[in-house]
Amino acid sequence: MNRSQPALSREVTIVNELGLHARSAAKIAGLTNRSKAAVWIQKGDEKADASSIVDILTLACEKGTKITIRIENESDFNILEAITELVEGGFGE
Amino acid sequence: METEAQEIIIKGLTASPGICIGKAYLVDSKGVEVVPKYRIQDKELSNEVNRFKAAVKNARDELLKIVEKSPEELQNAHILETHMALLKDKMLYGRTIETIKQENVNAEWALKKVVSNLIEVFQTMTDPYLKERSADVVQVADSIMHNLVGTKKVNIAAIDKRVILVAQDLTPAETSQINLERVMGFITDRGGKASHTGIVARSLEIPAVVGLKNATASIRSDDLIIVDGNSGTVIIRPAEDNLVRYEERKINYEEYKAVITSESKAPAESADGVPLAVMGNIELPEEVVALLNYGGDGIGLYRTEFQYFNRPDFPDEDELFDKYKDVVEAMHPKPVTIRTLDINGDKALNNQFSAEEANPALGLRAIRYCLIKPQMFKDQLRAILRAAAFGNTRILFPMISTYFEIREANRILDEAAESLEKDGLPCNRDIEVGAMIEVPSAVIMADIIAENVDFFSIGTNDLIQYALAIDRGNEQVAHLFQPLDPAIIRMLKHVADVAREKDIKIFMCGEMAGTPHHIPLLLGIGMDELSMNPQAIPDIKRVIRSLNVADTRSFMKEVLKQKTAKSTIELIKDTYGNILAEQLYSG
Repeated sequence: MNRSQPALSREVTIVNELGLHARSAAKIAGLTNRSKAAVWIQKGDEKADASSIVDILTLACEKGTKITIRIENESDFNILEAITELVEGGFGE
Repeated sequence: METEAQEIIIKGLTASPGICIGKAYLVDSKGVEVVPKYRIQDKELSNEVNRFKAAVKNARDELLKIVEKSPEELQNAHILETHMALLKDKMLYGRTIETIKQENVNAEWALKKVVSNLIEVFQTMTDPYLKERSADVVQVADSIMHNLVGTKKVNIAAIDKRVILVAQDLTPAETSQINLERVMGFITDRGGKASHTGIVARSLEIPAVVGLKNATASIRSDDLIIVDGNSGTVIIRPAEDNLVRYEERKINYEEYKAVITSESKAPAESADGVPLAVMGNIELPEEVVALLNYGGDGIGLYRTEFQYFNRPDFPDEDELFDKYKDVVEAMHPKPVTIRTLDINGDKALNNQFSAEEANPALGLRAIRYCLIKPQMFKDQLRAILRAAAFGNTRILFPMISTYFEIREANRILDEAAESLEKDGLPCNRDIEVGAMIEVPSAVIMADIIAENVDFFSIGTNDLIQYALAIDRGNEQVAHLFQPLDPAIIRMLKHVADVAREKDIKIFMCGEMAGTPHHIPLLLGIGMDELSMNPQAIPDIKRVIRSLNVADTRSFMKEVLKQKTAKSTIELIKDTYGNILAEQLYSG
């Protein structure tokens, strides 16, 4: 499986105080549930499946962490936008 | 693998006295009971996967019920929603199914393996907050596990033979699940004297040794072990000679205990004829029997937190009432002092209820918490007032630090009584109400608070912590936690003087009351009642009988002249050394 050629990506910084914890991860996973193809969250060399709360949690993103959100299918563009907005808005916390 | 089993002797801290010899029952390192592993044939794999899916569905239904049941009371219902999402998470759900199929193993084992791997990942994280997030994953996995095993819960409640429990550590929630009649003793790798395991073991009169560091690594389930709670020794797979020696010691200890408790049944009166009630502190209704055996004159502190542990919602009034009534009836006509909910950092409810606090001892706890949860508080007060119709009951409000709090607590108590009368339920409002004096502001305001209560009960553990600004859990400063600091003694004296002046009773619960060498001082101050761990009652009664109250009063004058804890201790030794030196039991 070659996932190294993502169609689109966005770089964002985690701004909420608690970082990517279970509830914020759940919000991301919730958005990703409707995606056509895989959505990834990348931190440094590690990447996590954005549809899995557990996988997102294992990335250990504290406040201030830079992450890259990647989609594989252009039709998931709105999901990319929504996640970006969610992260930049501090998950409404 | 199974080579000749060697005897191993390890040393830990004594947390509860006594000796027991029996088979070990290992609670594994993750706190969950050891899960069986067995092979699943290829043709059975899809059945096994379906069994797992059904368990997840049941866990989901349970969560849904909880969400529906208490959406308003639980401000953190979103945690439950997160848990719902976690149930179907790829890394948990998906991976477990993969593991079943790829490794031909049963669902329980697959789930446990997946979760253990995840926990390891979380453990490597440096941010403590993120690290703790594994708790959500573990809780969700536990709920699936419970459903996998069906009615037979995967926890220590399922023990069905007499065993010695071996664990890395036991949380209050875990100990509250144990079928205590089955446990002969506890040993744990972690924990200190004041750990929860110790408290539970002492109240159940079974031996416990804690702080053994790596007992769980050397002990296998069903190994024969000896636990000597008097010396802090654990012998694993003992050789014949040690087995014989300890059987003898066990018999000697039990005989000694029988003698001392038989003397303890009589009330305690000082040598010059002043009676002093010696009461017990309890946490579980099951402890009443032990308390009466030790000669307790009543219950000076019934901690009510246990029923709030390990559950996502608050217990309802009837459930609380049943427990309180059991205790009150069993003790009648002796008094039962029920302390209203006093949650703190150490004993926090399931995290649905507790927000993260940097400084829990100074945070939202005890009466503060109850006053912002008036419905929950009223449920408890109604349960107490109803139980009061069945015997001698008192109410004790914890951690009162302002006049406002005691006034509010009394107001809600009145409301509870009125609502019971309206509902036509039998109850008794005409009971004694007291305030815990454990915050320095309450000491200073004792004269004002006294006008709103029938008694004071001094909680020494917290009072010392707050007055001396010492966290006794902090090793750097724990040695400064000193009940005999002149500042503490003066506070006690002040509260007792105010109580007498205002004509209300003055009690003490907390460890200070159960320590023999504090008794001359407490008699001199003029306490009406002392409450302690039940197993301390016989010895305290013995000390009281040997003292002369008139002497202790003049002794107090000398005590009040002391400038340091050290000189106070010297003074006690010089004056009462002979009484206190009597060793009750030596191994």
